Amino acid sequence: MSGSKVRVTRWAAFGLIVGALSIVAAGCGGGDDGGGASTAIEGLGSSLEEIQELAREEGEVNIVQWAGYAQLVDEFAAATGCKVNTKDGGSSDDMISLIQTGAYDGVSASGNASVRLMTTGDVAPVNTDFIPNYEDVQEGIKNQSYNSLDDQPYGVPHGRGPNYLMFRTDVVPEATDSWNVIWDASGPYNGKLSIYDDSIFIADAAVYLKATQPDLNITNPYELDEEQFNAAVDLLKQQAPNVGEYWPGDVAKQIQSYTNKDSVVGTTWPYQYVQLTAADPPVPVKAIKPKEGTTGWSDTWMIYSKATNPNCMYLWMNHMISPEAQAAVAEGFGEAPVNLEACALTKNQNHCDEYHADDEEWWEDVYYWTTPVADCGDDRGDVCKTQEDWEAAWTEIRG
Amino acid sequence: MVESRLTRILLHLGAFATLAFIYIPLIVIGLYAFNANVTQKWPIENYSTKWFSVAFNDEAVRDALKLSVLAALGATAIALVLGTLASMAVARYRFFGREVITFAVILPIALPGIVTGLALQATILDVLGPLGVSFGLTTIIVGHATFCVVVVYNNVIARMRRTAGSLDEASADLGADAWQTFRYVMFPQMRTALLAGALLAFALSFDEVVVTIFTSGAQQTLPIWIFATLSRPAELPIVNVVALFVIVVSIIPVYFAQRLAGGSGLTGDRPEKMTAAPAIEAEP
Amino acid sequence: MTSVPHVESPPRASPGRRLSTFFFRHSRVRLAVLLALPVAWLVVVYFGSLFVLLLSAFWDTNPFTAEVVHDFTLENFKRIVETPVFRDVAWRTIQMAALVTVADAVLAFPIAYYMARIASPRTRDLLVIAVLMPLWANYLVKAYAWRTILSDGGMINSVLEPFGIHFDGYSTVGLWLVFTYLWLPFMILPIYAGLERIPASLLEASADLGARSLATFARVVLPLAFPAVVAGSIFTFSLTLGDYIAPGLITNEQFIGTVIYNIRGEALPTAAAYSMVPIVVVIAYLLVARKLRAFESL
Repeated sequence: MSGSKVRVTRWAAFGLIVGALSIVAAGCGGGDDGGGASTAIEGLGSSLEEIQELAREEGEVNIVQWAGYAQLVDEFAAATGCKVNTKDGGSSDDMISLIQTGAYDGVSASGNASVRLMTTGDVAPVNTDFIPNYEDVQEGIKNQSYNSLDDQPYGVPHGRGPNYLMFRTDVVPEATDSWNVIWDASGPYNGKLSIYDDSIFIADAAVYLKATQPDLNITNPYELDEEQFNAAVDLLKQQAPNVGEYWPGDVAKQIQSYTNKDSVVGTTWPYQYVQLTAADPPVPVKAIKPKEGTTGWSDTWMIYSKATNPNCMYLWMNHMISPEAQAAVAEGFGEAPVNLEACALTKNQNHCDEYHADDEEWWEDVYYWTTPVADCGDDRGDVCKTQEDWEAAWTEIRG
Repeated sequence: MVESRLTRILLHLGAFATLAFIYIPLIVIGLYAFNANVTQKWPIENYSTKWFSVAFNDEAVRDALKLSVLAALGATAIALVLGTLASMAVARYRFFGREVITFAVILPIALPGIVTGLALQATILDVLGPLGVSFGLTTIIVGHATFCVVVVYNNVIARMRRTAGSLDEASADLGADAWQTFRYVMFPQMRTALLAGALLAFALSFDEVVVTIFTSGAQQTLPIWIFATLSRPAELPIVNVVALFVIVVSIIPVYFAQRLAGGSGLTGDRPEKMTAAPAIEAEP
Repeated sequence: MTSVPHVESPPRASPGRRLSTFFFRHSRVRLAVLLALPVAWLVVVYFGSLFVLLLSAFWDTNPFTAEVVHDFTLENFKRIVETPVFRDVAWRTIQMAALVTVADAVLAFPIAYYMARIASPRTRDLLVIAVLMPLWANYLVKAYAWRTILSDGGMINSVLEPFGIHFDGYSTVGLWLVFTYLWLPFMILPIYAGLERIPASLLEASADLGARSLATFARVVLPLAFPAVVAGSIFTFSLTLGDYIAPGLITNEQFIGTVIYNIRGEALPTAAAYSMVPIVVVIAYLLVARKLRAFESL
């Protein structure tokens, strides 16, 4: 080759190498924010407009939810072109199993599912730039331990609520205010108790023991050491023969048994209370947060990291925290919304007050569902019972 | 008739009692299809036909029905092929491992559905997932076909045991090739057994829920739709309507199949009675 | 001059015919071709899947995320052997399966006999259809209907109420009734087929020898029909052994299927280990059934 051609060739090669390196550098630098997971999901658009376009092509979204969570689905389908297919989960374990089949795009996860899903990477963090309604969510719910990891928000808050003590007022005195009606070994309602069938219910026993056996020093009903755990398990084993039905997240089963008076007192979600009181004729029930406090949940819509329809899912998440959907679910399910703009839209003007949407003090003795871990989080160290222990104990309690 | 009068009267009563036992719950289902209320109380207070129109207009019901029919057709087709091949092999040949085949074919239906379902799901997720296979109609059909093979196998093998293998040989001697022998000699003999097996396989697949839960992903066959709807308090009555619809519609194929097969054709074969001593199967 | 007669050589056989001739001559190959597809299907699809599941019985799980960790362990088997609840549940399930089988056999025999030997051909046809129909009614709907029948205000209690008896339907007894109901057609059909195969001449001979109805029944009919009863029992026993949906609707008690279903997400290896119990029981049952000649009466 002649000298000048060699020079050109060398410069060209140099240019190519620099160009290639810079492309690689750009690719590497883009999604990586120092150890955190990426919000990128295959097929997800890179702008809100693109997401809306791609959603129309996707045409549907498959979500796992708690019964009664999805609201205004027809309006959503008309506005976005995404048909909503829902699958009711019975428990957090159930929901995790469903998401892990890869057949669903998202889930309304409670704390005892969300942390596990975030840890395993089954759910992806969300890019809140693509969720315009996110900024209206109450600040106190954002970036909590159950919906964020490494300072990244992992979903869109949905709403929160307590697990109620519900009883038929024609059998149980209206003034009842304590959990002892379901824990009393010789109580008058034995055989007619309705109890949630999942290992997380051990926390409810712990909540009761926290108030009635202070020497156990229970501070967090999900972090129980050996002594506290055994006390809770013993209490549950004592209760087991008196339970009329263990309802496994099948809300219709519980609604039917309260209607037929097969159950007269037990634990429930607000949804059943709403359905029973709205029935024709209404079933005489009352639902309260007893004086000992209760377990509860603060739920988050999360997106599956390999969702088939990520664009529809993003639009869905935005939809569920819109004031209209929040108002619908707050009244339809019976919970406190997390977008307070919904309060002006509820049919019952006092809904937000009645459900304590903005009353943080009321929530102090509502212990949100979370996954038990070995690390007690205080000076006891790593001696607390894990999720595995809770599951094993529950199988034994059920007998 | 050999049986004494008393025996016959008792048998009449016994048969009637069993029939009543079988049909009273089905009548209850039928009644609840007309229940006006959303909750299933007894006795039924108000009757109404409103749920029928709700059910007919429900898109999810139509989709589920369609998926169930497709899955059952696919599973039955595969079961027919596999069951016939296997039974031809076992009935006409003597070979090492013959009994094992029967065992292996029965096992999918004898083992609990949850074990089969979990096994299939674990395989689809861990082994086939990385290869790009996902839950859907195909996985449903594969799961159903596996336990439907046995009902075809049973029917065909029972029939083949009653028909002489010598006819096939005669056909070959007369110059027919394998396909002609099958078409003109073997197939006509086993036709009604195939029909009975196909009908039973279709019914099994159509009604199956446990294995389907683990192999269907987000898809809903009719039983899965029913399962989901049973826990939705506001939609409970539609389920009874759909169930009643399926029962009534299925009378037609069952009736025709029985007419075609004749006698005990649907339950096995039109047998020649046993000779005085029970036929001794040649032990392998 | 004589001409050589023109002999047409036989036409060259078509490929299909040549293949068919090959198969005709080599019966082993014929057999292999017949068996190839079904055996491949069963081995790959069914036994392969079972293997994948049972393999996980030897793995461990992450105590927090419950993900399966590929560390070999026998802990799961130890757990199901040592923890009392697994033994209790297994025993309870086997007992229920046995009771359901007995009840179904008792209920099925009269109607099967009636259909096989007494009914006219036309009635028999109708009865066969009548017995097959419930198989088309959805299992879940039937179980749910029974929920209502068994409830405190349900059909059973409204019949017993005038007599002052209260029946707690949501119990083991109630579940036994439901299982008996659900699997009855599976017992009727094989017994019917088996009874039909008994030649009338045998019964006549028995009568000629002086046996009354009961003796004929006990000493001739029953032994001949027994394999068919065992064949039917394969279904009633195995279907009860693994079911978890009906127990969930009717009782609070856990059965093998319930436990496996409940722990499948969080403790899949333990669920897989526990699955060995019904697998072993069913295989043992099938071996016994085979000895009793039930396989020919399916």
